[in-house]
Amino acid sequence: MTQAAVHAGAAPGAVMAAQANNEYLTFTLGKEEYGIEILKVQEIRGYEAVTRIANAPQFIKGVVNLRGIIVPIVDMRIKFNLGEANYDQFTVVIILNVAERVVGMVVDGVSDVIQLAAERIRPAPDFSSSSFDTKYITGLGTMDDRMLILVDIEKLMSGSDMALMEQATLQ
Amino acid sequence: MSQSHSDTQAGDASAFDMGQFHQVFFEETVEHLDNMEMLLLGIDLDAPDAEDLNAIFRAAHSIKGGSGTFGFQDLAEVTHELETLLDRVRKQELSMTREMVDALLASRDVLGGLLGRHRGNGDGVPAEVIAELVARLRELAAGTKSGGEAAQAAAVAGRKIVIECGPIEADAPPELRERLTAALAGLAQQGSPTIEHDGAVLRAGVTTLAGDEEIRESLGFVIDPARVTIVNIAAAGTPAPAADPGYGFFDDAPASAAAAPGTGEAKDPGYGFFDALPAQPAGAAATDAPQGPPRSYGRRATDAPDVVEAKAGRRGHDRNLVAAQSDATTIRVGVDKVDQLINLVGELVITQAMLVQKVNDVDAVQQQKLLNGMVDLERNTRDLQETVMSIRMMPMAFVFNRFPRMLRDLAAKLGKQIELKTVGEQTELDKGVIEKISDPMTHLVRNAVDHGIELPEARIAAGKPAQGTLTLSASHQGGNIVIEVADDGAGLSRDRILAKAMERGLTVNDAMSDQEVFQLIFEAGFSTAETVTDVSGRGVGMDVVKRNIHALGGRVEIHSTAGRGTCITVRLPLTLAILDGLSVSVGGEMFIVPLTYIVESLQPAAAEVRTVSGRGRVVQVRGEYLPLVALHEVFGLRPEVTEVHKGIVVILETEGRKTALFVDALVGQHQVVIKSLESNYRRVQGVSGATIMGDGRVALILDAVAIARDMQAAMAEAA
Repeated sequence: MTQAAVHAGAAPGAVMAAQANNEYLTFTLGKEEYGIEILKVQEIRGYEAVTRIANAPQFIKGVVNLRGIIVPIVDMRIKFNLGEANYDQFTVVIILNVAERVVGMVVDGVSDVIQLAAERIRPAPDFSSSSFDTKYITGLGTMDDRMLILVDIEKLMSGSDMALMEQATLQ
Repeated sequence: MSQSHSDTQAGDASAFDMGQFHQVFFEETVEHLDNMEMLLLGIDLDAPDAEDLNAIFRAAHSIKGGSGTFGFQDLAEVTHELETLLDRVRKQELSMTREMVDALLASRDVLGGLLGRHRGNGDGVPAEVIAELVARLRELAAGTKSGGEAAQAAAVAGRKIVIECGPIEADAPPELRERLTAALAGLAQQGSPTIEHDGAVLRAGVTTLAGDEEIRESLGFVIDPARVTIVNIAAAGTPAPAADPGYGFFDDAPASAAAAPGTGEAKDPGYGFFDALPAQPAGAAATDAPQGPPRSYGRRATDAPDVVEAKAGRRGHDRNLVAAQSDATTIRVGVDKVDQLINLVGELVITQAMLVQKVNDVDAVQQQKLLNGMVDLERNTRDLQETVMSIRMMPMAFVFNRFPRMLRDLAAKLGKQIELKTVGEQTELDKGVIEKISDPMTHLVRNAVDHGIELPEARIAAGKPAQGTLTLSASHQGGNIVIEVADDGAGLSRDRILAKAMERGLTVNDAMSDQEVFQLIFEAGFSTAETVTDVSGRGVGMDVVKRNIHALGGRVEIHSTAGRGTCITVRLPLTLAILDGLSVSVGGEMFIVPLTYIVESLQPAAAEVRTVSGRGRVVQVRGEYLPLVALHEVFGLRPEVTEVHKGIVVILETEGRKTALFVDALVGQHQVVIKSLESNYRRVQGVSGATIMGDGRVALILDAVAIARDMQAAMAEAA
């Protein structure tokens, strides 16, 4: 941090970007631990009652009112079949800001915010059989003895299999 | 820092600034053009209003100045010619003619086209069109008034003269000179006359519109007309009498030229006497340009009161009073900022409603201050919401103003005589509605002109004045705005519509009410016009009109009397952001049905619900069989009520057809703020949007049209 401050005089933008780029918010789904870029996260909230949307896939729980904006809520546990989809006062929703949209995502729990240096990130092996398509995984990070699955959350949320956005609007 | 470096910086900075100002220039130019058009159309050729002429000139001048500054040479060139012509007209050197109005209107279009190209929309204007226009303007500007009358007018109009009165007898009462001075002041068109007493002669420099005869007449009350000598100095082509250069007040020529530097108007440097005059028009225009339009700009005049009243939080009072003196300041604000404000206020209202619910339980005696505070909060929130909503409100004049020009062109093309009357231009409605209502209104007006109003001969034969009248009116009625397009033309022919409908295989019968028959003209491809013109008659349009108006949550009604005229009434909600809705519950979820589509709600008897070929169900309502849609089936919900006769049926009318919607229960009627589902999610079939209820939960707004349409499609498939 102090180092960053020293360098800030020279090229503040570059340092900030580099710094932000390797900061990740980690969360758990079942026994797996995931990491997403912190800049995509708007806030973390508790789960509240949703308004269901007709004919939507099961993992789209519905929409909620987030300070006047209608925000869809996706349950990642249902989407990736990890953990148990129960809703109580400990259920956590990560509100994301991706592709100029606001989307809420239900996860098992939020762990912490970590910094990962580039050398601690390894490319992900190709698991074509996994429910998690590899194209959304940017790499695997190591943090002590933990393994983090780093996800390009923007690409995932705007992908066609999330059925969150009109595909025509993305092209 | 080196010189060159700072130069580059300055260059960069100005390039950046220019880009920023371009948008403002474009917007202002559009306003100037619109304003110019409005004034041109309103001009009375026999007696043009000097203030209007000045305003037109100033508009052209501002555009020229701006386009020069921003390097839009093509705009500047055309406006330069325009300005030259207008300047001569304004100075009364030329009188306004119909050809001039036509040429000026044409240049307005050309300028609009050029502007469009600079803004990146439209293809601009072909060079030959511009060249032709410039030539036309030059020709008109070079022209002189025709005939003796015109020559006299030129000599008289706004000229600068010296009036010599005298000799005045030495024994004349002293008040004679005072009365003379007052009479001369009365003649002066601009400023006060400069009076000099030269022994027995009183000499005055006056700028006046009055003719020589008129001057003698008015002075005749004071002094014998024979003793009045009028010397023309600045009328076109009249050289100042070289014999009397020693009038004394004219000898400071160089000083006067210097006093009006750069005006380019000091053509008569010999008469420093008048230095205030030539400088004045140019000076006024020059100062106007950077400051923005002066007070006489009609469009600003309608803008300003809205802002003032928005601030005051009230609408619909003393509009004329405010419009008359609209020096009020306005600011340009992006619509997105206003929308954000509206969103935030919407939030505030919801939060406030939630607080009210919580506070209901507290002890009223112990928490009196809290409760008082809640009352204040409620009132302030409501006022704030009203005020913020009114920012988006714009007067109907924005729509109506485009019609005088259109009507003028249409009437000329069709050989009809039409007078346009507008009523209630100041009626306000949401900007979003204004934008979307323009096209349907244009269709309705075109139709009225083409099919409604007859040719002059036919009108006279029918005992009506040759000139037809088209009346556009707007007014508030409850939460709606009612817009009427009325003509005094031939009216709709019920028989012809019915015949045409039968020909097209529509299910009609003679027992249908007039209203139902007239609604047929909104069917796609329906036209009873005997001939197709390039104005209308192809039967495309009226169905689009109806669809557009429905999409806005509005309705269209037609009233017509054969031979007397037609009146088309459009009812629209005041704003797109708020919707009147009926909330219904199905399977624990709440849905909002837009009130505009609801005919009635009822609980049918068990015997009134039938099945058709084992699949679809119908409800019998007063002899009509209506297809039944169960909302829980549409949305895949588990309903609390499965039998139709135990629940509620809401009868919807969409696209002229009725559908029965089966729901668990009615909850209540609300005004809801419409929120988009699509901004963060996607379009959902059968849902047009969402809203936030008083308890903070989201309720979906039903797309009644889509639901009914899907139902009909499913029925057609089943059949």
